[in-house]
Amino acid sequence: MMQQVSAQNLTKIFGEGDTEVIALKDASLDVEAGEVVALMGPSGSGKTTLLRAISLIDPPTSGKIEIAGETIFEGKKVLIDDRLLRRQRMGIIFQSYNLIPFLTVVENVALVLTLNGVSNRESLKRARALLERLDLGHRADIYPATLSGGEQQRVAVARAVVNDPVVILADEPTAALDSERGKAVMDLLRQLGHEKRAAVIVVTHDERMVKGFDRIYHLNDGILTVEHLNSKEKNGHPAME
Amino acid sequence: MNLALHDVEYRLGRFILTAVGLGLLLTTVMAMNGIYAGMVEDALSIVRAPKVDLWVVQKDTNGPFAESSRVPEDLYRNILTVSGVSEASPVAYQLLQIEHQEKILRLQVIGYRLGGLGGPPAIAAGRPILKNRYEMVVDRKAGVSLGTQFKFGRITLEVVGLTEGVVSNSGDSAAFITLEDAQELQFLKSNEAIRNDRARLQSDLSQNPQLSGVSADNLSSLLQSSHIANVILVRLEPWANAEEVAKNIARWTHYNVLTTQQQEDFLAKNVIERARQQILLFRIILLVVAAVIIALIIYTMTLEKTRDIATLKIIGAPNSKIVGLILQQSLILGFLGFVFGTIIISLTYEYFPRRLVLLVSDQIMVFGIVIGICIAASGIGIHKALSIDATTAMAG
Repeated sequence: MMQQVSAQNLTKIFGEGDTEVIALKDASLDVEAGEVVALMGPSGSGKTTLLRAISLIDPPTSGKIEIAGETIFEGKKVLIDDRLLRRQRMGIIFQSYNLIPFLTVVENVALVLTLNGVSNRESLKRARALLERLDLGHRADIYPATLSGGEQQRVAVARAVVNDPVVILADEPTAALDSERGKAVMDLLRQLGHEKRAAVIVVTHDERMVKGFDRIYHLNDGILTVEHLNSKEKNGHPAME
Repeated sequence: MNLALHDVEYRLGRFILTAVGLGLLLTTVMAMNGIYAGMVEDALSIVRAPKVDLWVVQKDTNGPFAESSRVPEDLYRNILTVSGVSEASPVAYQLLQIEHQEKILRLQVIGYRLGGLGGPPAIAAGRPILKNRYEMVVDRKAGVSLGTQFKFGRITLEVVGLTEGVVSNSGDSAAFITLEDAQELQFLKSNEAIRNDRARLQSDLSQNPQLSGVSADNLSSLLQSSHIANVILVRLEPWANAEEVAKNIARWTHYNVLTTQQQEDFLAKNVIERARQQILLFRIILLVVAAVIIALIIYTMTLEKTRDIATLKIIGAPNSKIVGLILQQSLILGFLGFVFGTIIISLTYEYFPRRLVLLVSDQIMVFGIVIGICIAASGIGIHKALSIDATTAMAG
């Protein structure tokens, strides 16, 4: 099965000399299409740094990254337009939702499509359809500030998946939500990840939220280890070892 | 999807308020333009009103407005004989100040021969001057009603008509009277002055043995003449060349002859030059202030959107989209400010104490400058936006 995300020996160093900090040390990670993995670790362990590295928001110092078989980073060089990469092939979900306040809910979701050249009309149509599916159709034309936290995060999930990304990165998506809403968002992420055959990487520090995930990566002091979960075959995917 | 328009719509109240503030600032710029254009038009209105081609003034002067000038009233008869001259008339100009309804009223008094050149261009109310003495036609702007009587020195003048559009180069309303009345006001001395002159003359005569038998009483009426004008206005035949006729008149009569264009240039350049420079300085200062204010507003609006811009970068928005957001907002602000400024000045220009002339060319210039300022001022906001670190949108 094709690796949607393949990160090899990623190292990220901040500062130099006496102020040098090694945030990631030879971290390697592979996620296949349709897989949903968790990235866990204590605060400051480098989880968000790893997400930023994979998405080239803050490229690593060294290593190799492949997305859907294409090398996007190797050695110390970024080999692709990072903004193009993210808007065409990635969906990113933030801890604090980060919806654009002056766009309505449907416009927030449609924005990524318009950035990819889809017409305004078509973008809004597809966004609205997705929101209907997520039971947010009745909220489509209001501004995000009037939504609850759970609703805002579901809109953020919709924004992340509307362009059919090959990779979905979620940085503590449930941190600002209560357990019930957090679980609902995680379930949604898993469902859409499987459905869209995207590789989903979710940063979380809440073990209660990782039920049903395929694997857990643990990050500690910049070192990444993997925990294979003994999960039954789910949704047609074979259990991981 | 136009992010700038969406942001404006979301914060519409604040945006409109900011644009109104900017509009008020631009109103003062437009007012300055209008004041200057009004000054030029006022200065030239008195030259253009009689619709003449040449101005014959005292030799070696550039009168009657920039300098004083005195010419004999009957000089016009000589000028009429010059080839190319169609009409010629003596006119007297004088500034007078009088108290009227507990206010000081300044009038540019223009004395002309009935039936000759230099009279009121049109009568807006009442009637023209029909009698040779003691009647006047005043510009509406003076706020004087028909039938009002003014006492100037020894004579009383009654307002029989109102006209429009003629003011002095300092914006004072015009008042048309007959040449005889104007000569009495300007050139006729008071009784006390006449007596003093006569006594002085008698003393001078008595000191000269050959003239000792001559009486000052007999001589003084000959020496004192009020048949003087400040200028002879000349209108030419359609086929005549103004420069040629001017040369002929100057050669024959030994007076200085200016064309109307020369009078206009003289007034525009010399009489109002300092005011022009002052107004230009004010305009520059106001535009610099406007530029700073726009830059600050756009920069502040950009700072408020730091997280949103970081998010846009993370979800893949290219720099052109972000630059477009900042630049378009700046242009919308400038455009709205210009519109509000234009509306405000259009509604208020008539209430200014001096005439304001709003020229389309001036408005186009202001619009162009405002757009240029918006583009330049947005540079600070754009620089800030492009330098925002995308990671600020991600915790951790």
